[in-house]
Amino acid sequence: MLVYTAKRLLAGIPVILGVVTLVFLSMYFAPGDPVELLIPADSMGSAGEELVQQLRVKYGLDQPLHVQYFTYLQRVISFDLGESIRSGTSVAGELLQRYPATVELAVASLILGTIIGIPLGIVSAVNRNRLLDKASVGVSLLGISIPNFWLGLLLMLLFSLRLGWLPPSGRVAGFWTLEGLQHLIMPMVTLAIGTTGILTRLTRSAMLDVLGEDYIRTARAKGLREQTVIYRHAFRNALIPVVTVLGLQFGALLAGAVITESVFAWPGIGRYMILGIQGRDFPVVQGGVLFISVSFVLVNLLVDLFYALIDPRIVYS
Amino acid sequence: MEDRTFWRLAKREFQRNILNVLALVTVLALVLIGILAPQLAPYEPNAANFQRILEPPSSDHWMGTDEVGRDVFSRILYGTRLSFTIGVLAVALGALVGVSIGLLSGYYGGTLDAVTMRIIDVLMSFPGILLAMLIATALGAGIVPVILAVAIYSVPTFARLARSSALSVKEREFVEAALAAGAGDTRIILKHVFVNSFGPIVVYATLLLGGAILTAAALSFLGVGVPPPTAEWGAMISTGRSHMRFAPHVVLFPGLAIFITVLAFNVLGDTLRDMLDSKV
Repeated sequence: MLVYTAKRLLAGIPVILGVVTLVFLSMYFAPGDPVELLIPADSMGSAGEELVQQLRVKYGLDQPLHVQYFTYLQRVISFDLGESIRSGTSVAGELLQRYPATVELAVASLILGTIIGIPLGIVSAVNRNRLLDKASVGVSLLGISIPNFWLGLLLMLLFSLRLGWLPPSGRVAGFWTLEGLQHLIMPMVTLAIGTTGILTRLTRSAMLDVLGEDYIRTARAKGLREQTVIYRHAFRNALIPVVTVLGLQFGALLAGAVITESVFAWPGIGRYMILGIQGRDFPVVQGGVLFISVSFVLVNLLVDLFYALIDPRIVYS
Repeated sequence: MEDRTFWRLAKREFQRNILNVLALVTVLALVLIGILAPQLAPYEPNAANFQRILEPPSSDHWMGTDEVGRDVFSRILYGTRLSFTIGVLAVALGALVGVSIGLLSGYYGGTLDAVTMRIIDVLMSFPGILLAMLIATALGAGIVPVILAVAIYSVPTFARLARSSALSVKEREFVEAALAAGAGDTRIILKHVFVNSFGPIVVYATLLLGGAILTAAALSFLGVGVPPPTAEWGAMISTGRSHMRFAPHVVLFPGLAIFITVLAFNVLGDTLRDMLDSKV
């Protein structure tokens, strides 16, 4: 297990390095001089040569590409993601401050998606081709097809603007308080809907695979109750791929939160990035993408390690 | 897949479930709407009328008007054309690049495969929409940046799919026979490897088309996709959201258009995948 862990951690390093490199190079995706991405929005058009030169020196763009790259790497390692063009504040500082809000939303959505998606998938598989199955498959298809920004706006329209039951936006720290929970409900449901659909489909598929196995036939032949067969034998084995996807979904939720935070003005990393996009604040967007992507890689690594814990065959294969 | 087998499987799948037929009909209808939008739309998509702003649905304006008096129904029809153009071009570009990379990587193997797959791993490390956002922010708002952003975001999965097919097909006996007969690598890749990979690629492309349209709409909603006043569904929702309290139709109908389109492609993609699984 230790060797497997070390191998997976080592394998993750080049991937993280690749992510950092791609984010660094993204400045060069745009045609023209990359320094244009760093000119404040209110100086665009009137930016003189002096300002442009100042920015070039400030951001090291007057250096050769390889020097810029290594400087960027050094800065990333010391968690310096630059400064916001708009506000002058440290991007890393803002991201750290906002990270708990994004994690709260992602975790809450994952829990909700799991509580609904997995049981729905089991019920669907056990009742294959019957009405319950068709209904579950239909619901999961709706879940993965609905644009979550649209769903969020509809929920806001109904529960906040029309009925006045829930606040339309913002966050109150402390989801364990009534007020905190009221602010969390709509963004959580909006973000969870896609996860619910994915988990339902995956659980159904995994259960169907397992229910066709010989050991399930043996369990039934032994006269075990159907509930015991389903939950003690089938579900435990079907859980392995489902748990893997759960972990991956957490990473996807961190990214999906970008849109949901925008709809509900949830003060997380996503909203900070959207403000960066709208204000053409490239260091903010760059820093946000890097932060979430590296989190995603680390979560994937943890999922691989957890997978090895619950399925020891992985370590020995 | 032999023609006869394909049509037999298609007939079975579409007879099995009426939803599959509905999905196919919906997709075909949307394609027709996109093509015939100028003929079908009762108004020009950008024709503003400040005397009739935020009107609810009526006999004059079937889906109401927006914040500058433009006909929402006409804008949705034109938006169909734009969304399909973006989706098809993005998926086609992503498939062209991704499949090429995957086929070459899988067929030749070795260092090329190792290096290519590491790059693909890095691209796949960017979750969901983030890579598309980064590219679209760097390139600026517009239709072409959105197409490029969504295409690049789809390259890794096409590459992996094509590579996986190439790895399995290249060991088959008919490839060995073709090599023995003196066929060159290009001929083998195109005539044997690619042809045998075609099914899964088409299934994935269909599933991705809905996702591409959704991603493009999301980018426009966030302000980094197609800019206003272009009739794009995501952009319509973005500009309409501040008025939705008293004029919910400006958000409801464009969102419904996205939803129905994506749902139809997902159902169609599932149907094609079931057909492929049946054949296997």
